[in-house]
Amino acid sequence: MLLYVTQQFVNALSLGSLYALMAVGLAMVFGILRLINFAHGDLMMVAAYFAAFALFANLPLGLALVLMIGGTMGVGLLMERVAYRPIRGAPDVAALLTSFAVGQILQNGTLLFTRLIQKPIQIAFPSPELLNGVIAFGPVTVPRLNIVSLVTGVILLVLLSLFVTRTTLGLSMRAAAEDLSAAQLMGIDINRVIATAFAIGSGLAAVAGLLFAVQAGQINPYMGFTPVLKAFIAAVIGGFGSIAGAVVGGYVLGGLEVFLTAIPGIGDILPAGFVSPEVQAFLKQWLPASLTSYRDAFVFVALILVLLFRPNGILRRREREEMQ
Amino acid sequence: MTDLRRAAGPLAAILGLVIVLALLQASGLAYWQGLFINLGIFLILVLSLNLSSGFTGVFSLGHIGFMALGAYGSAILTLPLREKQEYLPNLPAGLAGVHFDFHLGPFPLGFLLATLVAAVLVALVALLVGLVLMRLSGHFVAVATLGFLVIVRVILFNADHFTRGSRTFSNVTPYTDLWWVWAWALVVLYVVRRIKRSPFGRAMLAQREDRWAAQSIGIAVMPPRLLAFVVSAFFTAVAGSLYAHFITSFSPTVFYFDLTFRVITMLVVGGMGSVSGSVIGTVLVVGLAEALRRIEDATLLYGMSQIILAVIFILIIVFRREGLLGQREIALDRLFVKGGEPSS
Repeated sequence: MLLYVTQQFVNALSLGSLYALMAVGLAMVFGILRLINFAHGDLMMVAAYFAAFALFANLPLGLALVLMIGGTMGVGLLMERVAYRPIRGAPDVAALLTSFAVGQILQNGTLLFTRLIQKPIQIAFPSPELLNGVIAFGPVTVPRLNIVSLVTGVILLVLLSLFVTRTTLGLSMRAAAEDLSAAQLMGIDINRVIATAFAIGSGLAAVAGLLFAVQAGQINPYMGFTPVLKAFIAAVIGGFGSIAGAVVGGYVLGGLEVFLTAIPGIGDILPAGFVSPEVQAFLKQWLPASLTSYRDAFVFVALILVLLFRPNGILRRREREEMQ
Repeated sequence: MTDLRRAAGPLAAILGLVIVLALLQASGLAYWQGLFINLGIFLILVLSLNLSSGFTGVFSLGHIGFMALGAYGSAILTLPLREKQEYLPNLPAGLAGVHFDFHLGPFPLGFLLATLVAAVLVALVALLVGLVLMRLSGHFVAVATLGFLVIVRVILFNADHFTRGSRTFSNVTPYTDLWWVWAWALVVLYVVRRIKRSPFGRAMLAQREDRWAAQSIGIAVMPPRLLAFVVSAFFTAVAGSLYAHFITSFSPTVFYFDLTFRVITMLVVGGMGSVSGSVIGTVLVVGLAEALRRIEDATLLYGMSQIILAVIFILIIVFRREGLLGQREIALDRLFVKGGEPSS
């Protein structure tokens, strides 16, 4: 019982780290531009392809990582410059739809590229040795990937918070998020701030993309869609636009998902006598299939509930005007 | 006299359409017939989306979910009993014996009834969903409705007693033809146009332009939004039914984001809030997408057509955000009226 709970707890934390890495990028851009950048998930996909091709070319892992992060940042900056800068100040929905179009371009661009070099749509991801296998802590065994996700996530998020609170550029970024035009009047170069937000968000998405690709074992041009939806939910749970909130939301969502996946096992691991045999039989029969396969539906119901009842996230006081 | 002259424009347009359809029918060119059926179905989808998203400004990314429900709902109703037993053995007893195959002479009344029943049920779903979601605005409602799309997809995949889950739902009777599609398209066109000119339509536009100003002069926000959402879900479900009985086999993957984005592109190109714009946007994008698809098939550059459409989409938003027509209409009813009074 305790073993099971511990394992699931580690799963929740590592999944949460991935969502937090993704959600932070969404939240930074949203905080400054009020743009929900759905192409963020496709940055993750692009990163996975950079990593895969670097590893196929037998580059050392370190160099592959640098290429992956650098390449993804480049794509992120390009998309800001080409698509989002011209529509700055456009209505919410126009900007959101533009980000879908950008996502389509990235997906189909990747598809076209893999076609041109005659690779299949679905590629097996060449996981680096470092991320495979399990680590045993006494009786508890945890996939090494989960530990790496957790540690990487925490380190990067701590670095980010240092950047945002301790550097001038970080301070400018927070000022821009507070009030873009006031920040501009104070002499802050907002183009630089926005580019920085996109670069950092892309870099974090790249790391998340690598971890997702290792976990899934294969990559395809459409792999970014579900994660970006999840990251968006995480950001909303945390109060959209707040970096700290996005991190909290990421871990809450990771916990919720692992809980929904883990709960079907409850019927098997409850100690004897904890509940009556009838209840145990009932749990065993009904919990398994239904909860896990409906997980995504539950997660979106949670999103809609948060939007309706706590539109500023579970952390902040409620101010309905913002949403309506 | 003016009334007659006013009716002349639309009647001439309808007559033109009927002649084109009759020629197509007589020509026996299956490719062009299929293209026109597709065009009609997309037109219904775009007009419906325009009604709820363009007129009220409450942007929905979940409409394709209604289309999916309409497709599955009507297909279950019209599936012949033998196929039903074979493919959907676990249907609840109440549905297992149902087969809408009534005919009125050669006219398949059962198809019409199945479409209507499915669409009414979907409209009820939309009423429930709308009561909750129409409270939100801006991009938050867009994402919440996207959540609805994901939820519908999860349910379709899991409710395999009704939908066969991820397996293909096939052997649907091919009732849909040019006449069905375009008759429905004309009905939708008429209704949407009427709603735009009605007090409800004016209320929709007013609360979109300035919610506080509209409220301060006594225009409620929820009723027009909800009406638009429910009516548009009804017609979207009709499009789903027409689609199901046209391609005759489909699976939940069809009704997802790619289709959503395609319909949105047509709407944005034409202009949100303009009925004529929806017609023009649909014709242009369906035509362009088809041309690009043929180039793609010939050159094997798969992905090219989507990239070009997405670039056009971004260019429209950057340089002509209101779409080609903005909110203006092409006044067919003034075609034969000389000068004089305005029509809308």
